Amino acid sequence: MRNPKFCLILAVILAAVVNGFSSVINPYYYDILITIGINVILAVSLNLVIGYTGQFSLGHAGFMAVGAYFSAWMTGRYGVLFGESAPATGAIYVLALILGGLAAAFAGLLVGSPSLRLRGDYLAIVTLGFSEIIKGVIQNAEPLGAQRGLGGIVQHTNFFWTFFGVALAVYGVLTLVHSTYGSGFLAVRDDEIAAEAMGINTTKYKVLAFVIGAFFAGLAGGLYAHFKQFIHPEGFNFLKSVDIVVMVILGGMGSTAGVCLAAALLTILPEVLRMLSDVPWLPEPARHLADNRMILYSLLLIVLMLNRPQGLFGRLRFGAGKP
Amino acid sequence: MIEFLQQLINGVAQGAIYALIAIGYTMVFGVLRFINFAHGDVYMLGAFAGFYTAPGILKIFGGGPSYAGAAAVLLTAMVICAGIGVLIERICYRPLREHPRLTVLITAIGVSLLLGSGGQYVFGADPKAFPEIIADAAIELPTSWGSFSTLTITIGQVLVVGCTLVLLFVLKTVVLHTKTGLAMRALSLNPTAASLMGVNLDAILSFTFAIGSAMAGAAGVLTSIQQPSIDPLMGVSAGLKAFVAAVLGGIGNIPGAALGGLLIGLLETLVVGYVNPTYRDPLVFAVLILVLLFRPSGLLGKPEREKV
Repeated sequence: MRNPKFCLILAVILAAVVNGFSSVINPYYYDILITIGINVILAVSLNLVIGYTGQFSLGHAGFMAVGAYFSAWMTGRYGVLFGESAPATGAIYVLALILGGLAAAFAGLLVGSPSLRLRGDYLAIVTLGFSEIIKGVIQNAEPLGAQRGLGGIVQHTNFFWTFFGVALAVYGVLTLVHSTYGSGFLAVRDDEIAAEAMGINTTKYKVLAFVIGAFFAGLAGGLYAHFKQFIHPEGFNFLKSVDIVVMVILGGMGSTAGVCLAAALLTILPEVLRMLSDVPWLPEPARHLADNRMILYSLLLIVLMLNRPQGLFGRLRFGAGKP
Repeated sequence: MIEFLQQLINGVAQGAIYALIAIGYTMVFGVLRFINFAHGDVYMLGAFAGFYTAPGILKIFGGGPSYAGAAAVLLTAMVICAGIGVLIERICYRPLREHPRLTVLITAIGVSLLLGSGGQYVFGADPKAFPEIIADAAIELPTSWGSFSTLTITIGQVLVVGCTLVLLFVLKTVVLHTKTGLAMRALSLNPTAASLMGVNLDAILSFTFAIGSAMAGAAGVLTSIQQPSIDPLMGVSAGLKAFVAAVLGGIGNIPGAALGGLLIGLLETLVVGYVNPTYRDPLVFAVLILVLLFRPSGLLGKPEREKV
């Protein structure tokens, strides 16, 4: 990207313009578009942790849950604090999104600072365990709906806010890893011991990647909660984390453009597979692919790792130049 | 008091299962230094191997539930799982031996997901009733034991603990008193030096996977004797808890894995009995985080230094 700030402003204006036309978009496609946006934020932020810093996290859905529940709780409780006009509730919504992100970032700090002293494999299981703990706490928290899930959330999320979030996440991650300060992330990924010997505080970089990744995951969670209007602890389980991990790996670890593309493709894929079930001449197994997409994903993971560890679009870049 | 004892008995039976699974994690980690995520799913496949072979095998042994038949089912499941373990290593892990750790880790997660979701496709996602391979009943305790005679100990529990002890003993003999075991220990100390001394790396790795997976297969059948409801995703949570057990005992350390399994089984049963069943899984993970924070090498493990 030659001029990142210009691209960011352009993207935000574009999002605002498209948002003006959102009423003419078919609701089904609109739903998919918003979901793509949310998944792109999740995948891009996880890519900062896995792709750029080389730390494996299996708990991204946990951070998303923190953001979703915090922001939904806040708009539910303080939504009409400044009156019931649209700008007043909208302001609370934006504030809830940011605070939800910060709450998730704090959770990221809590997981990160003790466990990032550990080696990769342990980290995967600790992050997985931590997201299970988050889920367990939510399941027992009565103000958050416990096992019944939290409903009645006002729908605030629209095209503009979603893609404003996407633009922020992409801009934030790209400019961060391309800055002088950000090369520390890549150094930690490429050789942790050498980076440490060069005087880089590896733990600090790992924790920072976690905290920033968690912030955007929390933001995505807030967007998700205020779009679907209902959230449930099981919606943020291990399989949701795996979904995000597959997006990152398929797109290519350390390639933000590739990861964005993969997130969009993997959001559309289940919908396409679902259409297959209506095609009468297809053999029986092919028509049930939508229910068995995990088989497809896991095979993709194994085959990619064995033959193409850089992912499908690992060489894809935004604009010309460095990764 | 009696109730507490009862919980302890249940906990030991549950812990024996975790111990068997944890051994597979710890052995593979010992020689390859990586976590075989798919191990929990091999345990699930062990239960299903028993499920599909038991009716045929029991017919050979006279139709009804019998100890000889149960032993045959157990051995069959162990052999099948050993084969699966060797195949997984051969196809998925061997080509990646020189690759970055992250690549191997992701592959292992992929294999785990494939076995779980493939199992849902092949076996069906609904829970299945495991056939009765032994007549499981509570053992009558002598009334002279006073209030202790009200304790419930089932034949299944005794069998699980007994089988685990026998398997542990066999394992100890193999690891400590055979040439293969010597080669395994050499590999876990220093792979390069061991290869230079003529240890066949590929053969030993296959053997390690075979043993670990056989143990998981045995755990799969043994657990189904006690809780005869099996489903293709049963391996995920059991596998994770067994992994926590392996870490708690000190990963790479076989007696540690057995001890860790026992402790996790006890903890889990006590939490369900006295605290709140929904806290069962989160608490096990909390144990993992605490162990990694305060004693990363586990209860019996030795601290390891990262080498350049």
